[in-house]
Order: sequence, then structure tokens, then C-alpha cells
Amino acid sequence: MDLINLALKAIFVENIALAFFLGMCSFLAVSKKVDTAMGLGLAVVFVLTVVTPLNALINNYILKDGALAWALGEEKAAGYDLSFLAFITFIATIAAAVQIVEMSIDKFAPALYSALGVFLPLIAVNCAILGSSLFMVEREYTVLQSTVFGFGSGVGFWLAIVALAAIRERLKYSNVPPGLRGLGITFMITGLMAMGFMIFGGIQL
Amino acid sequence: MDKATRGILLDPLHEQNPITLQVLGICSALAVTTKLETAFVMSAALTFVLVCSNTTISLLRNKIPGSIRIITQLAIIASLVIVADQVLKAFLFDTSKALSVFVGLIITNCIVMGRAEAFAMANPPVASALDGFANSMGYSVVLIYVALFRELLGSGKVLGSPVFASVSDGGWYVPNGLMVLSPGAFFLIGLLIWVQRSMTPTLQEAD
Repeated sequence: MDLINLALKAIFVENIALAFFLGMCSFLAVSKKVDTAMGLGLAVVFVLTVVTPLNALINNYILKDGALAWALGEEKAAGYDLSFLAFITFIATIAAAVQIVEMSIDKFAPALYSALGVFLPLIAVNCAILGSSLFMVEREYTVLQSTVFGFGSGVGFWLAIVALAAIRERLKYSNVPPGLRGLGITFMITGLMAMGFMIFGGIQL
Repeated sequence: MDKATRGILLDPLHEQNPITLQVLGICSALAVTTKLETAFVMSAALTFVLVCSNTTISLLRNKIPGSIRIITQLAIIASLVIVADQVLKAFLFDTSKALSVFVGLIITNCIVMGRAEAFAMANPPVASALDGFANSMGYSVVLIYVALFRELLGSGKVLGSPVFASVSDGGWYVPNGLMVLSPGAFFLIGLLIWVQRSMTPTLQEAD
């Protein structure tokens, strides 16, 4: 039940794009068409679900204060706090994982690769991926919780970007003031969407 | 100052502003702007990282093999961000808590990667340092504008000291809670873009 709650919270209440502004650059840049938005969204769900628990493992068993107890024994491990290395380790893990995911999709699911392929390299530097790993550290999630959290954040991003792309496709037929065309109106719509998502605020199972 | 240098220094402030025109580095721009103080600290951290990373990458540009350049750039940027984060934790602990994960997210801030790819990989160190500085100023200007209005309208304060006396303190101003929440930031940047592009029509998109 806790896990379902965590997932719902990550998807709706604390939507990674609309409440925390993570992954905004690609959110705004790749939301002109529903097809491409769908591709990027699915790739983000995929990578987040793989990478967040992976980084949770690294954090809980290597980097955290005294986390090396399983290898060195309680007493010796007490002095080791490697958490300052978190940034560089996480970004390396993300880059490597994205590369592996890309190669294995290419090998085992060529159809999926042609749909997601272009977006995968971009994802390594998407703030949403690194952001959810850092949130995982800050909120002290276990490996299982971070799998659910990673998946939930990904679905939240997917939902938001596909919805925005759908709105922007319709926007072509409307008469937007010249100064607002393109980026400006997209910000306004995103603001309205963020207000919409705030309705989910009180939901708890 | 010759024309090229002036272009490097001034373009990012208006006509090539990283946030409102190049659509780079928006995540952190929106998230850390509920208070002016955090916006200042974030701008300083980004300026440090961007100037240093641009200079370093520019110095190494002829040594970095093309096929692994992204990961090399990431390693340089990540190390600089670790330095910035440790300094903030040591000297400005409260602000660093308020910035939470967003200092770490400078690594994936598209401005840093974008400038490394677009400028530092092809230009000498001094010009790259200037470009880094100018782009972080373009970023800071937007950040400080958004933070100023969000703090002023959201809680009636500037830099923590009251400007509009709020109702809860016996004054007249009813704080606009929306400004502190995420939609407020989106609307403010949207409005900024509108104003900027109406003043300079050449920047408008055809769409």
C-alpha cells in the first residue's frame, strides 16, 4: 500500500516536470508533436526505472556513511563516508546505463529502437534522471522504494509531456499574440497544467 | 573592445539569452527562485561552474577524442559541481539545504553542456571564459527577475525583509500563494518572454 501511495505521489502530486521543474529543457523542446513526445516519454520511463534503483544500490551499499560494512566489517566501515562522490558516480552510472540500454534495445528490439533510438543519448543529460536519483538520496528510499519512485516519476513525466504535446498540436489553429508564439505560450500552458495537477494535492490511499 | 568580444559578452544578455531564447537551463531557473537569496547563491554557483568548465574544456579541446567527448565533459563538470557543492555546504549550510538537489543538478544544466559543446570545443580559452561568464550573467538576470517577483508577490518580502506589510503581520498585503507554487514561475517566465519579444520583434517565432 505504501508503495502504491509512493507511485501515485510521484506521478500526480509531486510530478517531476510540473512540480519540480526537472527535465524542463527537453519537456519544452520535444513537445511539438505527440509522436516524438511519446517516444521521449517512454524512453524516460524506461531509463528512470532502471537507473534509480541502480543508484540506490550504489548509494546504500557503497557511498553512504558506513555503508561499506558488508565488505569491511562494522568497525572499519564507520569512518568511510563517500557521499561527496555521489554526483560523479551517479552521472557515470546514468551515462553507462543509458549506453547499455541503448545497445540492448538495438540488439533485442529493433522496432522499439527505431522509435526510441534518437532520444536515448539525450536522456543521459536530462535533469529528471539525475534529479530523481538525488531525491532518492535525500529522502532515503530503499532499493524497492526507489524502483517504484523511479517508475512513478517516469510515468509522471510521460503523462505531462504527452498532454502538453497534444495541446500544442491544437495550438496551431489558434491566434496567439506574436510575442507569445512558440516558447512563451508553452510556458503559460505548462503553468496552467501545473495548476491542474495541484488538484491532486490531498490524495492519499 | 572589439566587435567579436562585445558580441560574446552582450548577446547572451538579450538576443541570445540562454533561458528565454536558447531554452537551456530552465529546470533550475524555475525551482530555486522562490526566494531572492537562493537565486543569488545559485547564480554564483553556476557562474563558477560555467566559467571554469568552459576554460578547462577549451584548454583540453584538442586533446579530447570526439567519440568520448560527452563523458569527458561530464566528468569535468561533475568535479567542478562537487567543489561548488562542498563549498556551499561548508560556508552557507542553510542556503545549501534550501537549494536541496538543485546544486547537484548543475551537472545536467543544459547551459553548461550546451556552451561546452557549442563554444568551448571550438574556441580558445579566454574567449570561452568570457562566453561562460556572459551566459551565466544572462541566466542570472532571468533568475533574479523571477525570484524578485516571486518573493515580493508571494510573501511581500525582498531578501527576507518585508516590503509590503502582510496581513498576518497587521499590514495590508495579502500574499499571493500562487507565486510561491510552481505555476507562478511558469507564468512569470512566460510574461518575461512576451515582453522581451514584443520589444524586439526580430526574436519572435514564426510558428
